[in-house]
Amino acid sequence: MRRVATLYRTTVGKKVLMAVSGVVLFSFVFAHMLGNLKMLFPASDGHFAMDVYAEYLREIGYPLLPHGGVLWIARLVLLAAVGTHIWSALQLAQLSRAARPSGYQKEDSLSLSYASRTMRWGGVILLLFVIYHLLHFTTGQAHSSFVAGAVHQNYVNAFQDPGIFLVYLIAQTALCFHLYHGAWSFFQTLGLSHPKYNHLRRPFAAGFAFVVFVGFLMPPTLVLAGVIS
Amino acid sequence: MRLTLHVWRQQGPNDQGRLERYEANDVSEHMSFLEMLDVINERLTEDGEEPIAFEHDCREGICGSCGMMINGVPHGPKTMTTACQLHMRSFKDGDEIWIEPWRATAFPVIKDLVVDRSGFDRIIQSGGYVSVRTGSAPDGNAIPIPKEDADAAFDAATCIGCGACVAACPNASAMLFTSAKVAHLGLVPQGQTERWDRVRGMVETHDDEGFGNCTNHGACQEACPKGISLDYIAQLNRDLIKATLKAKPVGAGKDA
Repeated sequence: MRRVATLYRTTVGKKVLMAVSGVVLFSFVFAHMLGNLKMLFPASDGHFAMDVYAEYLREIGYPLLPHGGVLWIARLVLLAAVGTHIWSALQLAQLSRAARPSGYQKEDSLSLSYASRTMRWGGVILLLFVIYHLLHFTTGQAHSSFVAGAVHQNYVNAFQDPGIFLVYLIAQTALCFHLYHGAWSFFQTLGLSHPKYNHLRRPFAAGFAFVVFVGFLMPPTLVLAGVIS
Repeated sequence: MRLTLHVWRQQGPNDQGRLERYEANDVSEHMSFLEMLDVINERLTEDGEEPIAFEHDCREGICGSCGMMINGVPHGPKTMTTACQLHMRSFKDGDEIWIEPWRATAFPVIKDLVVDRSGFDRIIQSGGYVSVRTGSAPDGNAIPIPKEDADAAFDAATCIGCGACVAACPNASAMLFTSAKVAHLGLVPQGQTERWDRVRGMVETHDDEGFGNCTNHGACQEACPKGISLDYIAQLNRDLIKATLKAKPVGAGKDA
């Protein structure tokens, strides 16, 4: 434990925490995206594929674990990951500001990618979105016609409104950029580097971000277009 | 060529400093950037004004002394080129040029364009050494080194410690410098004895000096006049993680 604490004291250690918590969130985002694709499947026996899937998430591990057990473990892990991610980000941002209190009068063409420059504010947008998203689809306060358990119906009702679609579009765009720089940074920070594979890291990050972007936005687009109802 | 220069003037560490405007007429395109400043300084001296202070030594791109922000880019617009090796043909007649010192808490300005880079020396002191057998000179080539390792170590060793990486980094991080120093000894057999202590010590000093953290933008790599790769930072991270997890408690016996 002391060794981990020693590592955490360094800036590199804080970044390692950032990367590890980031990977947990990545995996979640990817699984969530796959789950949402259930919206594309047809209903069988009068049950929507999405509702069956949502019910399944509550029952994983039963009877070994209580109903909803895995779901709650996942929620706690995610909460811890989000907390760690934000805490490290705040600490690192503070260190960066202290390291360069005054900038240059003329700042030009230092090649920072849009994604890397917007990590911090993009992260804030994502946090606000996650809060809204939980109120919208999990607890329902931000949903105009929320019915607990009727996931498919809630989903369709929400995305028939172009305004809601726009909110999710903006959030997914922010996520896409965040993932692009995050996925590449993850390799770099954990030292996962090898001359043979290094040229694949950027394309992997771009591909991952793109797949998540398309995967998340395909069902809502089809709802908005009236294909899914 | 006629140029307009905006140069950072600061009398001392405690002066606030400001940009001052100078007109440079009769600039030859064959001059190096530092020669152009020499000409300005001669004129300033003749006029009884204080010349612009800037660091320089070898003027052939290998000592790492010269270094300044030229139009917001360390060492100016030419890649893989130090300020002394930059020639005025890289600019056009009538250009305006902004010249500023490196900006970082760990690099306080001493005067005008001169900053205190002794933080780099302290990073090197905290791990940039190897244990060797003293006495008679060892046989040449007695220690076999794989070619790729020797090449990678040499590439890292081309770092001249100019500070451009810190200047370019939005977080004023010196990770590229530190990683080059860690790698250049850590990749060869002679550097293995201190390998894990070295990376721990250098990163600790890096942080204590007030340099920022690396957020993987890659601006340092582009600014580096020697083309040091970001891959060395990945290697530093890997070595530091290993070093911390491997660390044995002080006084541990053979089973620890």
